[in-house]
Amino acid sequence: MPRITSVEQLKAHQQKAKQELDNYPVMVSLCHGTACCAIGAREVAAAFEKELKADQSVKFIRSGCHGFCEVGPLVVVRPAGVVYQRVKPSDVAEIVERTVGKGEIIDRLLYRPGDNGKVYSKEDEIPFYAKQSKVVLALNSHIDPFSIDDYLASGGYSALAKALFEMTPDEVLKEVMDAKLRGRGGGGFEAGWKWKFCKEAHPELPHHIVCNADEGDPGAFMDESILEGNPHSVIEGMIIGAYAINGADGFIYIRNEYPLALKTFHNALKQAREYGFLGENILGSGMNFDIKISRGGGAFVCGESSALFRSLEGKVGEPRAKYIHSVERGYHDEPTNLNNVETWANVPQIIKKGAAWFTNIGTPDSPGTKVFSLVGKIENTGLIEVPMGITLREIIFDIGGGIKGGKAFKAVQTGGPSGGCLPESCLDLPVDFDKLTDAGSMMGSGGMIVMDEQTCVVDVARYFIDFLIEESCGKCLPCREGLRQMSVILHRICEGKGQPEDVDNLEKLGTTIRDCSLCALGGSAPNPVLSTIKYFRDEYLAHINEKKCPGGICTALIEYFIQPELCNGCSTCEKVCPSDAIHPVAGQKREKGELRIIDTVKCVKCGACIEVCPTDAIIRR
Amino acid sequence: METALTNTEPAVEPRTEMEKEVEALLADYDKTPEDLIMVLQDIQGKYNWLPREALEYVSRRLDVPLAQIYHIGTFYKAFSLEPRGKHILQICMGTACHVRGAMRIAEEYERQFGLKLGKTSEDGLITFERVNCLGACAIGPIVVVDGEYKGNMTVNRANAIIKRIRREDSKEAGDA
Repeated sequence: MPRITSVEQLKAHQQKAKQELDNYPVMVSLCHGTACCAIGAREVAAAFEKELKADQSVKFIRSGCHGFCEVGPLVVVRPAGVVYQRVKPSDVAEIVERTVGKGEIIDRLLYRPGDNGKVYSKEDEIPFYAKQSKVVLALNSHIDPFSIDDYLASGGYSALAKALFEMTPDEVLKEVMDAKLRGRGGGGFEAGWKWKFCKEAHPELPHHIVCNADEGDPGAFMDESILEGNPHSVIEGMIIGAYAINGADGFIYIRNEYPLALKTFHNALKQAREYGFLGENILGSGMNFDIKISRGGGAFVCGESSALFRSLEGKVGEPRAKYIHSVERGYHDEPTNLNNVETWANVPQIIKKGAAWFTNIGTPDSPGTKVFSLVGKIENTGLIEVPMGITLREIIFDIGGGIKGGKAFKAVQTGGPSGGCLPESCLDLPVDFDKLTDAGSMMGSGGMIVMDEQTCVVDVARYFIDFLIEESCGKCLPCREGLRQMSVILHRICEGKGQPEDVDNLEKLGTTIRDCSLCALGGSAPNPVLSTIKYFRDEYLAHINEKKCPGGICTALIEYFIQPELCNGCSTCEKVCPSDAIHPVAGQKREKGELRIIDTVKCVKCGACIEVCPTDAIIRR
Repeated sequence: METALTNTEPAVEPRTEMEKEVEALLADYDKTPEDLIMVLQDIQGKYNWLPREALEYVSRRLDVPLAQIYHIGTFYKAFSLEPRGKHILQICMGTACHVRGAMRIAEEYERQFGLKLGKTSEDGLITFERVNCLGACAIGPIVVVDGEYKGNMTVNRANAIIKRIRREDSKEAGDA
């Protein structure tokens, strides 16, 4: 492929790519994201490739994440838009013969939520998708992430051409400022202002463009899915950013734990260079810019800007004090503009469609959409993109389908280890940057972990604090030592040895750490504890005063128990028990054998019996 | 020194087998101190840990003091300065996996099989590690066996993984 050196050539190539795609009467899109791959998408892909080998009329793509991970591997047959769920390699021959060949719908592969008899065959009818509005993820299930031609066929790189040839750098900057695009990585700082500050800083020094793909929040995979599904949107955004602020070079810092995202992005960079979107004299405009990949070493703190720059330089990722702004002194102490993956992916859309279009979505102070990973004890686990301002209730119950197994909702955790837990009373809050912060949590990068009645909030708080102790770089005292003391108290409470003054002490420690830490990691670290105390003080007190864990999680405070009226005597539990703690009760006949009981002295509380019980007779209490 | 060391010519000729292998890994890089973390990742990818001999060579080659390499090697989670086991078993401890019971699996691994988080079993067969979210939360809890994701784990299924690894290993030992 020769380099594209003008707008005319770009348009001609886009046209050609679109024509080639349109020539296929049928397209089969298989979700090939990390989650679907883990449950068999690779095998399904191999089966499709074998079946379709001879057929030139069908375009088969391994696409990025479709979103509805719960029922993966997912297959969509277009143009009809038929969705098949939980597809196995053995289903492929039938899909090819009946749906691809004859346009028939295979009933048994359709999505059926619950027992209400409802069946959905089309993508846009499925409730999980119906309330979403996709901007960043719009192309995810439509294009092959390894094909730049697919991206071009959908109008890819038009925004870059528009910026380079129809707009001055200042006009591009103004458009992003007018759009009020706020940083999707968690901070929520307006990207346009950041660009402006960076541009104006130290004109004598080179300026750098960096994409933060160190998505360290546990329970979050938005950026991973964007990189895996539509890498060119991020590249295009970064080039536009470089044009606006006169960026000399670009970097993307990707977690090494995301092998597929790394591979996809690496390939995308290579293609972009071949086509002339990166390198020298981009599209014949005279602009030079390239992007280099840097792989993270698995340190959560490296998501913090100043730590990330140190890591890019090949050093230990320790943050520094906030009064030195990275837009002025970032990578190699030169002006650096850092935005996260989702923020960059929004940029081409804003340039293409205009700031007014963008501000029409969402709320006045938080325009646009936000991608969330909806996980935990929820019916429809997956990746969603919704307009800002949607309520938590709509996300959890309308899109997410409510709590798994019909249990009661307890809390939703947003913002990762820096965020907080919100209770039922906060469910009608509109989701935007400011409202969640006011409620004691934060938007964060978009992880949303739903918890049911069988979750212990003290255990969750302890989990986050222990996570942060591991991840604290150790540079400043409040974070390094304070978190350790919080952990000691939380462990004590979970083990049933809590003291009456512990909750107050946690609050005191938490506010001290929050106010005195050097960087945002320490500054927000106590949030999971402070927010759970704020909304679930009763649960802390139950652990301390009554030695009870209401969620049934804290091992020291619970016992396993077989409900005699539900046990059918099948003895499955007895077979899996590793400590011989389950015995038959002589004379107590049930339909399949004798009633079983648990010897609580021998029981090690591993939970193996609960998993196998066919009648759900075993409970933790 | 009369001639300055340049980054394109080896400062030190690779002599040993391992040095030659490391030199081959360096081919993709500019050989500046900035490449250090990624070079270490490649070494870790090849040997499953960071052998001292390789680090000493990198130190000379990239002109970075060994102490600084040690600093990096201990700061970042991805690196191990001790040999790891024949099989790498990782458990995802992301929030979603945690609330779905990943901790119970880890506790059982320790109780039943003596596998401690962050440690290698005494026979050198299995290294058991935690990872912070693999981005496949929909199928949590997840156990990764030598890079292969096993989703929707239960205590029973997770235990079966260890039993299988041990069985296959003793079979291999028997065949040999």
